Amino acid sequence: MNVLIFLIVFPLVISVLALALPRGLLIKRIIGVIANVVLCAVPIYLLVTYLDKGPAYFHLESHLINNSMLVVEILIAAYIIYISIRAKRYLPVLLVFLQSVIMLSFEFTSGRGMQIEHSLFVDKFSIIMALIVGCIGSAICLYAIGYIPEYHEHYKEVKARPRYFFFLMYLFLSAMFGIVFSNNLMWIYFFWEITTLCSFLLIGYKNDQASQESAFRALIMNLLGGVVFAVGLVYLYHSSQVMELNKLIQLDKGYVLIPAVCIAFAGLVKSAQFPFSSWLTGAMVAPTPVSALLHSSTMVKAGVYIILRVAPVLENTVAAKMLMLIGGVSFLITAFIAISQSNAKKVLAYSTISNLGLIVACAGINTYSAVWAAILLIIFHAVAKSLLFLCVGIIEYKLGSRDIEDMDYLIMRMPKLTAIMMTGMAGMFLAPFGMIIGKLATLKAFVDSNPGMAIILAYGSGATVFFWIKWMGKIISIKHGVFKVMEDRVSRWEWITLGILAISTVAACIGFPLIAFRLVDPFILEVFGKTVIVDPFSVYMILLMMVGLLILLPLGLFFFGFVNKGYKRVGTYLGGANIDDVTFEGAMESSQTIELKNYYLEKFFGENVLFNAGVFISLILLVIMFGVAII
Amino acid sequence: MNSISEIIQSWSIIERMLAFFLLAPIAGGVLAGIDRKLSARLQGRYGPPVRQPFFDVLKLFQKERILVNKFQNFPIVLFFLFTVFSGALFFSGASILLAIFSLALAGTFFILGGFSVSSPYSHLGAERELIQMMSYEPMVILVAVGMYQVTGSFTVADIVQHQASLILYLPGVFAGFVYILTIKFRKSPFDLSMSHHAHQELVRGITTEFSGPALGLIEITHWYENVLLLGMVYLFFAFNPWLAIVASLGTYLFEIIIDMNYARFKWQLTFWSSWLFTAVAGVSNIIVLCFLK
Repeated sequence: MNVLIFLIVFPLVISVLALALPRGLLIKRIIGVIANVVLCAVPIYLLVTYLDKGPAYFHLESHLINNSMLVVEILIAAYIIYISIRAKRYLPVLLVFLQSVIMLSFEFTSGRGMQIEHSLFVDKFSIIMALIVGCIGSAICLYAIGYIPEYHEHYKEVKARPRYFFFLMYLFLSAMFGIVFSNNLMWIYFFWEITTLCSFLLIGYKNDQASQESAFRALIMNLLGGVVFAVGLVYLYHSSQVMELNKLIQLDKGYVLIPAVCIAFAGLVKSAQFPFSSWLTGAMVAPTPVSALLHSSTMVKAGVYIILRVAPVLENTVAAKMLMLIGGVSFLITAFIAISQSNAKKVLAYSTISNLGLIVACAGINTYSAVWAAILLIIFHAVAKSLLFLCVGIIEYKLGSRDIEDMDYLIMRMPKLTAIMMTGMAGMFLAPFGMIIGKLATLKAFVDSNPGMAIILAYGSGATVFFWIKWMGKIISIKHGVFKVMEDRVSRWEWITLGILAISTVAACIGFPLIAFRLVDPFILEVFGKTVIVDPFSVYMILLMMVGLLILLPLGLFFFGFVNKGYKRVGTYLGGANIDDVTFEGAMESSQTIELKNYYLEKFFGENVLFNAGVFISLILLVIMFGVAII
Repeated sequence: MNSISEIIQSWSIIERMLAFFLLAPIAGGVLAGIDRKLSARLQGRYGPPVRQPFFDVLKLFQKERILVNKFQNFPIVLFFLFTVFSGALFFSGASILLAIFSLALAGTFFILGGFSVSSPYSHLGAERELIQMMSYEPMVILVAVGMYQVTGSFTVADIVQHQASLILYLPGVFAGFVYILTIKFRKSPFDLSMSHHAHQELVRGITTEFSGPALGLIEITHWYENVLLLGMVYLFFAFNPWLAIVASLGTYLFEIIIDMNYARFKWQLTFWSSWLFTAVAGVSNIIVLCFLK
C-alpha cells in the first residue's frame, strides 16, 4: 500500500518543489532527473512485486484525507469560478457551481456516515497504467526541461512561467496515479477534477486569445463530464449505499446502470470521443510536452481507463451497444478527417481520437478478447504517440512550421529525427509494430461479437494507412545536393527522451509476448475467467519480421550509403531539359519550377462536413444511451 | 490431385515456404507471358512468346545502373523481401491477416520508394498508388473477415481444409475481391499509378526513376504478389482443388479481359467506386452471414 501512496504523493512533492525552488538552479534539474528515474522505477518495482499476485485491496483510515480533499475541492471550485469570472465566461461558473452544490450537499448529508472498506487497490491493469504514466509521463517531463527555454525564445511575448508549468505537469502525473489506484469512487472523482483543472491551465499556458479559447472549451466540456460523474456517484450511493469501484462492478445491473452510464459519459468526454472531440483538437495550441502528455499517458487515457473499468456493468445492455457505436463512429470519422489535414499536430490529434475510439468500441463490446485488445492498444498507442508529438515539437521550431507540406526533404535536414519519427509512425499503423498487433486482436474481437464493427475497422484502416504513408513519403523524399543539417541545436534533454521512447516503441513490439502473457492475460483471467489464445506461430512470425527489420534497415542503409558504388547518377525526369533538380526548361525557353504536394482529398474527407456528421450521430447515440439507462 | 494436396500437407512449414519462394516466380512469369500473348491476340497482334517476361527481366538485370539518389533502391529491396515473406506466410498456412498486413508493409515500402526519389511523375504515381491502396484495403480485410465467419479460423491451413464451399457463403465477398484484384494486378481501368503501356500521362508513374535491376526486381515482386493473390482466390473454392485451380486461372483471364475492355479511370472514380462496390458486395454479404448464424 505504501508504494501506491508513494506514487501519488511523490509527484505531488516534486510539483511543490518545482513551484517553490527559484528559477535556474542546477539542483532543480538534478531533482527533475532523479524524480523521473524514481517515477519509472517505482512502477516497475510494483510490477515485479505483484507479477504473480492477484488484485490487492487496501483499507485506509480516510477521515482526514477526505476532509482535506473536500477543502481542496472547494478551493479548486473557487479558483475556477474566479478565473472564469475574470475572463467573463459564465458557463464554467454555472457548471462548477452545480458540481459543488451536488458534491457538498452529498458530503454533508449522506457522505458523513459513509463507510469505505477499501480506498486503494492495485491489479494488473492499474500497474500497466502506472507504468505508462510513470515511464512515459516522466520522459515527457524530461523533454520539457529542454523544451521550455526554447519555447520562450520563440514566443518572446509569452510570460515565462517554468515553475508554474512544471508544477502543473507533475501535479497531473500525481492525479493520474490517484485515478488508477483509487478504489474509492469519491477519490477517483477528486483526482478526475484535478486532471481537468491541470489540463485547463496547461492548455491556456500561452495566455493569448486562441489558447484561452481552447482552454475554456476543454474546461467546459470536462466540467460537464464532471457534473455527470457527480450525479452518477450520488445516485449510486442513494440507490445501493456503495461507493467503491470493485463493489460497483459486482452489483446487480438493474440498479447501477445509471451511475455506470454517467461514469462512462465522463470517460467519453475525457477521451475526446464524439461529440466532445473539439477540446482535444483545440488543445494543440499548448506547448508540445502538454500535447504529448494529454494524448499519450494522461488525460485521454484516464477516460478510456474508467470506461474499461465500468464496462462490465454495462455488459449486454443497449447502453453498451451505444458506447460501442460511439467508439466506432469516432474511430472511423476522425480517421477520415485526418486525411484532409496538413497541420501535423492536428493529424496526430485526430489519430489519437481515432485510436481511442477503437478502445472505447472494445470496451463497449466487453468480451475477454475485446478488453485484451483494448489494453494492448492503450500501451502501444501511448508509446508511439508521445514520441510523435515530441518529434513534431522539435520540427516546429527548427522549420518554423508545423505544416506537413513544409517538411519536404526532412531526412536531409534532420536525419536522426526523421529516423525516430519514422519509427513512431510505423509504430502507429505498420506491421509488425505494436498498433497493428492491437488492431489484429481488435479485429478478431469484433468479428467474434459483432461483424458490423469489423466493417468499420476495415474502412478505417484503409484511411489510416493513407494519411500516415503520405506523411512518411513527405519526410523521406530526397533531393540531390547538400542540405544544412539543422538538428545540432536540439538539446540533450530532448534527444534522451526521444531515444528512450523510440527504443520503447520497438521494445514494446519485441516484448509484446511478455506484455500480453504476463500482464494482460492475468488481468483478463481475473475478470472474465478465460483469456485469448494466441497462435504461437503468428507471434514468432511477428517477432521474425521485427528482428528482420532491425537487422535489414541498418545493414541496408550502410550498404547503399557506403558500399554500393557502381552506379551512374542522373537528374530526375522532369519532362524537359533539367536545369537543376527542381527546375527545367520547358517550351518557349521558359524556366519551370516543380513543387511536390500531397493529396488531401478535401472533396471526400472535408473536416467541416464530417466533423458535424460525427457530432450529430454521436449525440443521437448518447441520448439513446442515457435514455435506455433511465428507462 | 488429392494426392498432390496430401503431399503438400505432409510438407513442413519451411518446405512449403521454400516451395513458394522457388516456384512462385516461375508461375508468375508464365502467367505474365500468357497475359501478354492473350492481350496481343485479343488486339489482333501475334504477341511475344510466353517466356518473353523472363527474357525481359534477365535483360533488365544486365542494364546499367542509373540512379537519382543512392538510397532509392533500398525500399525496392524491402518491397521484394516482404512480398516474398507475405507469400511464404500465406502458403505455409499461417494467419491470413498476418499475410495481408505483411503485404501492406511491402506495399508501403514500394510507395516510399516512389516518394523518396522526389521526381514529379513518381511522386504523383506514389500518391495514386496510395489512393489505390486505400481503395482496396477494406475489401482485402473483409475477405479475411468473411472467411473467418464461415470457417471460424483466420489461418490459411484451416480455411483450405474447410469442407463446405466458401464461395457459396461468400459470393458477394468474392465479387468484391475480384473487383479490387483489378487494382492489385495493375490492370486497366485501375492502372493509375504505373502501367505497362508505352506512355501514359504519368510517364511510368511510380517507377519512373527506377531502371535496370531495380525495375527487374519490381517485376519479379509483382509475380510473387500475383501468385499470392491467386492463392487467395483458390481459398474460395478450396473444397475441390481442381475447381479451385480452374477458378483461379479463370479469374486471371477475366482480369485480362477487363483490362482489354476498359479505358483508365480517374483516381476519384477508382476510389469511390471501389469503396462503394466493397460496401454493396462485401459488406452486405458479411451482414447477411451475421444473420444466418
